[in-house]
Order: sequence, then structure tokens, then C-alpha cells
Amino acid sequence: MHKPDHSSRRQFLSLAGGAAVLGAVPVVTLRPAEATPVMLAAAIRNVVGAAVVHTGKVKLDVPPLVENGNTVPMTISVVSPMTADDYVKSIHVFNEKNPQPNIVNFCLGPRAGRAQVATRIRLADSQKIVAIARLSDDTFWSASVDVVVTLAACTEEVI
Amino acid sequence: MPSALINVPAKATRGETIEIKTLMSHPMETGYRRTATGELIPRNIITSFACRYNGVEIFRADLYPAIAANPFITFFTVATESGKFDFEWIGDQGFSETASAAITVA
Repeated sequence: MHKPDHSSRRQFLSLAGGAAVLGAVPVVTLRPAEATPVMLAAAIRNVVGAAVVHTGKVKLDVPPLVENGNTVPMTISVVSPMTADDYVKSIHVFNEKNPQPNIVNFCLGPRAGRAQVATRIRLADSQKIVAIARLSDDTFWSASVDVVVTLAACTEEVI
Repeated sequence: MPSALINVPAKATRGETIEIKTLMSHPMETGYRRTATGELIPRNIITSFACRYNGVEIFRADLYPAIAANPFITFFTVATESGKFDFEWIGDQGFSETASAAITVA
């Protein structure tokens, strides 16, 4: 009568221990190397400093649904006359969940004629992309887009 | 073998805004991928791209691992005079490539 009691206590303890281990493992593995919204904000602060970032003037063109995150076409255009005293100085693109928050920086000038650039990027997950343009009067304008990615970049193994 | 593809209009009228398309063949290895045996593959990316128009820099880009393999970059410039565009890509592991294209401005 005493013995079954003892074994059930042992079972309970081993079960509880197992559950604790199971609970602990995901805590470790669910912390992948990815930029967080905090890192995104820090990367943006690195570029703009203490300046206020306005919304508008920038158009960020990325497909809203991406099948392959390894190559995602992206076009950024800024509404600007691009004259000698009113032009876009630079365009910076950031992401939320790739391993690094930076994607690309473009330096333009009044000779560009049109403030539009395009490239192809990688996206590791469904996330938000932010483009920030610095104008010649040192104001910052931004646009952001949420993208859904079905096949993520960076995850496949090299054979 | 690295190779560049450049698309610049051969002729333009003075003051016309022209589009320049560039593509450089490069793996853009992020440095975050692993081999099947678990070893980290070292980063190997192009870090900067620049375009000069008759010696004056008109466009520059800083690239990060989030740029897809074989970086494709397009941008615009105003055709001011006949001459040459010089393109330069610089990257990890001593990568350095140049290309050029001529334009006639009437």
C-alpha cells in the first residue's frame, strides 16, 4: 500500500521534470538570429539622428505577396523636383526581421533627374519594410509596406 | 568569373533623364547560412557600388546581405554631355570590378 504511492510520486516527479525540460527547450530555440523592431528603430535612429521622420513623399513598391524571399523586386521613388536646391540626398531601406535591420543605402544628388531607384532584395520572413528619404533641406520622409513571404531566404542549406 | 551587364542608352538629347540599369554577377553570400555539416559559410558580399559620369560621382549605394544574389540596381541621371560612365563594385574578400559605358549627347 505504501509502495504504489511512492512510485506514483516518482512518476509525477519525472513527468514534471520532463515537462520542465520540454518547456525550457523552445525558450532557447525560439530565439533566432533576427532583427527585432527595437533593432529596426535603432538602425533608423542611426541614420536620422534626432530628426522627425514624416510620412509621405516616398513610394515603396514591393509585391505584397512574395513567393520566393531570395529575390524580391523593390522600387522606391520620391516626389521631388530634383532641382539644384530641392533634391533627394539619400534613400535608406530597413527591415524588421532579417538578421540585420539594414537593406541598402542609396546616395543620390540633383543630377539624378528623377528620384527613383530599384533593386532586388532578400526577405527572411513576412515583415515590414521601411524606406526613408533624406531631402536636401535635411527633412526625412518615409513609407512602409507589409510583405507576406511564403518561401523565406537564408534558411536553405548549401549542399 | 565576375561579369557585369550595363544598360545605358547610346544616344540622348541634352537634359534628358535617362535610366541606367546595372547587374553584377556575384553570389552575395550572407554569412548566415550553414553547410550540411553545420559550418558557417563566411560572408562574401558586394559592399559598395558607385557610378561616375565623366569622373563625377552621380550615384552610390551601400549594400548589405539583404541584397539578392547578382545585385541588380537601376537609377536615373540627366544626360548633360557626351562622355563615359564608370561603374565600380567593391566587396568582401578583395572583390573589385569595374565597367564602363559611353554615351553621345546631342
